Amino acid sequence: MAVITYRQALHDTLREEMLSDENVFLIGEEIGVFEGSYKITAGLLEEFGEKRVRDTPIAEEGFVGAAVGAAMLGLRPVVELMTINFSLLALDQIVNHAAKIYGMFGGQSNAPMVLRTPGGGGQQLGATHSQNIELYYAFVPGLKVVAPSTPADARALLKASLADNDPVLFLENLALYNTKGEVPDELPPAEIGKAGVTRPGSDITIIGYSRMATVATQVADQLGEEGISAEVIDLRSLRPLDRETLVDSVRKTGCAVIAEDDWLTYGIGAEIAASISDGAFDYLDAPVRRVAAAEVPLPYAKPLERAALPSAESLHTAVRQTLDAVGHRR
Amino acid sequence: MTEIHMPRLSDTMEEGVISTWRKQVGDQINRGDVVADIETDKAVMEMEAYDDGVLEKILIGAGETVPIGVPIGIMGDGSGAAAAAGASGGDSDGSAAGSATTGSNPESDSPGSAATEPAAPRSAGSAESDAGPRERPKASPLARAVAREKGVDLSTVTGTGPGGRIIRVDIEAAAEAKTATESPQQSAAESHRAERSEPQQQNEDLEEIPLSNIRKVTARRLTESKQQAPHFYLTSAVDVTDLVSFRSDLNERLQASGGPKVSVNDLVVKACATALRANPSVNVSFRDEKLFQHKRVHLGVAVALDSGLVVPVIPDADRKSVSEIAAEGKEKVERARDGKLKPDEMSGSTFSVSNLGMFGIEEFSAVINPPEAAILAVGATREEVQVRDGEFAVRKMMRMTLSADHRAVDGAVGAVFMQQLTSLLQDPIRIIA
Repeated sequence: MAVITYRQALHDTLREEMLSDENVFLIGEEIGVFEGSYKITAGLLEEFGEKRVRDTPIAEEGFVGAAVGAAMLGLRPVVELMTINFSLLALDQIVNHAAKIYGMFGGQSNAPMVLRTPGGGGQQLGATHSQNIELYYAFVPGLKVVAPSTPADARALLKASLADNDPVLFLENLALYNTKGEVPDELPPAEIGKAGVTRPGSDITIIGYSRMATVATQVADQLGEEGISAEVIDLRSLRPLDRETLVDSVRKTGCAVIAEDDWLTYGIGAEIAASISDGAFDYLDAPVRRVAAAEVPLPYAKPLERAALPSAESLHTAVRQTLDAVGHRR
Repeated sequence: MTEIHMPRLSDTMEEGVISTWRKQVGDQINRGDVVADIETDKAVMEMEAYDDGVLEKILIGAGETVPIGVPIGIMGDGSGAAAAAGASGGDSDGSAAGSATTGSNPESDSPGSAATEPAAPRSAGSAESDAGPRERPKASPLARAVAREKGVDLSTVTGTGPGGRIIRVDIEAAAEAKTATESPQQSAAESHRAERSEPQQQNEDLEEIPLSNIRKVTARRLTESKQQAPHFYLTSAVDVTDLVSFRSDLNERLQASGGPKVSVNDLVVKACATALRANPSVNVSFRDEKLFQHKRVHLGVAVALDSGLVVPVIPDADRKSVSEIAAEGKEKVERARDGKLKPDEMSGSTFSVSNLGMFGIEEFSAVINPPEAAILAVGATREEVQVRDGEFAVRKMMRMTLSADHRAVDGAVGAVFMQQLTSLLQDPIRIIA
């Protein structure tokens, strides 16, 4: 058991997978000589050579398309999209090709590939480089979307993504790269489509994924000190969505708050709220609340950027308000 | 498919007895038809249908008692007697008076479309609107589910959630309160039953008689009265010789003009109303540590029925003539005998008169009918030897006893009232003045 960063967990897992399967190769911008914009691929060009760590031109549609072709022919490409914002340039390859190959060709070919890409704001990168648009991919049948929030999950889900025969969008987060956590040495691959109950509790359910899952556990710990037993669910997978775990939790607690870094309207939280309504309607004692980003292109100025993003404080407030609404300890 | 629920027919009603089903399974029901007679805590009332359809199933038979909101029957298009049974688990929190929308918009539901909706959300108590349209109480889904489970009527619960929403804690509190009030009675009843079961096997001379709602209410209210209101009693002997002959004269004249006969009790009621107007301190109520002055005089007249005691009310008796009081009283007593008196015709009295004179009872003391502050018990009229101006004289005498709630009425106040009442009855022309 080692305590390492999220970044290190990704690096180590990639390296291990490359060692164990020669069909695994990396492709993306600045991942080789420059060792990756976020240094996930540091040292891998030197170790594995140019054939397995491919630097590309700034041409997302081109290299994602190349990866789709490679996957169809039996390789296991791991694409690094420098940020999820740039995935938009490869949207057609991801949505109209990678996601459709298996179904439209009657199962003759899979496209087993991993699209690693970080989302998230808060780094003063401006509106076009700070988005949380994983929803675009979670919306598409034929794709899988996973979103680890801890180093251990990053490792377990990356293993699972590489083993999966469908294209997987692997969502990372700029704010998580330096976070640390315990990673067991012998960690089996995660089950894609399975959420985790990261804090068991009985008074209220807090649901998050990626960065907001870690914020949710912080808030739950703070609530614990205030005498409130909050259950935290880390979705881990956005598609498929683990509705059962959500519903089971809300059936127990009777109320829920969703924390998401994306925009409120039509966001991931809307789908979660609808799932809760479907599966736990008779168990709800208060409306499901969502805490999400302000509906603006994210401002550059630090105070404005901070104000626009959901925070531990805003989540805490929403939880307390929901607890008030169900008459908790009144 | 539509469930018919036990309707709320009076403010104090908690449960009702199906007196009779006027429709049988398979009968066509048209909107406005009387489906059943329901005995409430106060009266037997007609339950009307608010939808057209066919009575497919009777869930609660005649003579059975169920709480408000419980499904008692199922209406449909006549095709789904079997399916109807399954639907009864659907929306059983009948208090959700979807009836308001159901009743107001029956045309929108053709029989066909209703049949395609298995758990017909419009089912909630079609007949409930008998008590007037009520809003669906705002409650969380969880609160509704818990209310169903615990048998709590949402309309009796005050919501403490945002905007008055009923939430789980409210239901739990209501259920707890309900248990707290019910369980002593239940356990008392159970232990009574347990104690009795042994001797009952040996003693076949003992049989339990099921309580009518009227008897239950009488028991509860009079126990409350005797336990809470400190009663004191003032008895006067009234010389009613003149009153009796006055009544004969009056009746001769009324009969000549085709009017109703007036009884001694009608004259007593009118005299009480007049005396109360003159002594407002007796026309009061003591409730929740507060004293209330009634500005109007409503006289309750106790009537013994086979099923128990009822008290029809003659509102504003002080402003009515004796013959009006006689006519109204007669009409109401007749309807009370048929169980057709409406609850509001049996509530709101500010003073009551109870008369057992017709049974030859000389005098008695009555239990105050809360929240009134006093009740007059009237005995029989009989000839007695009295001393008048130093001579023996045979006079018609009647004894009456005022029971008064000492929290609201002092002895002297009650005595002055009795003095005036006596003097009115002894000078009867003043009663009709």
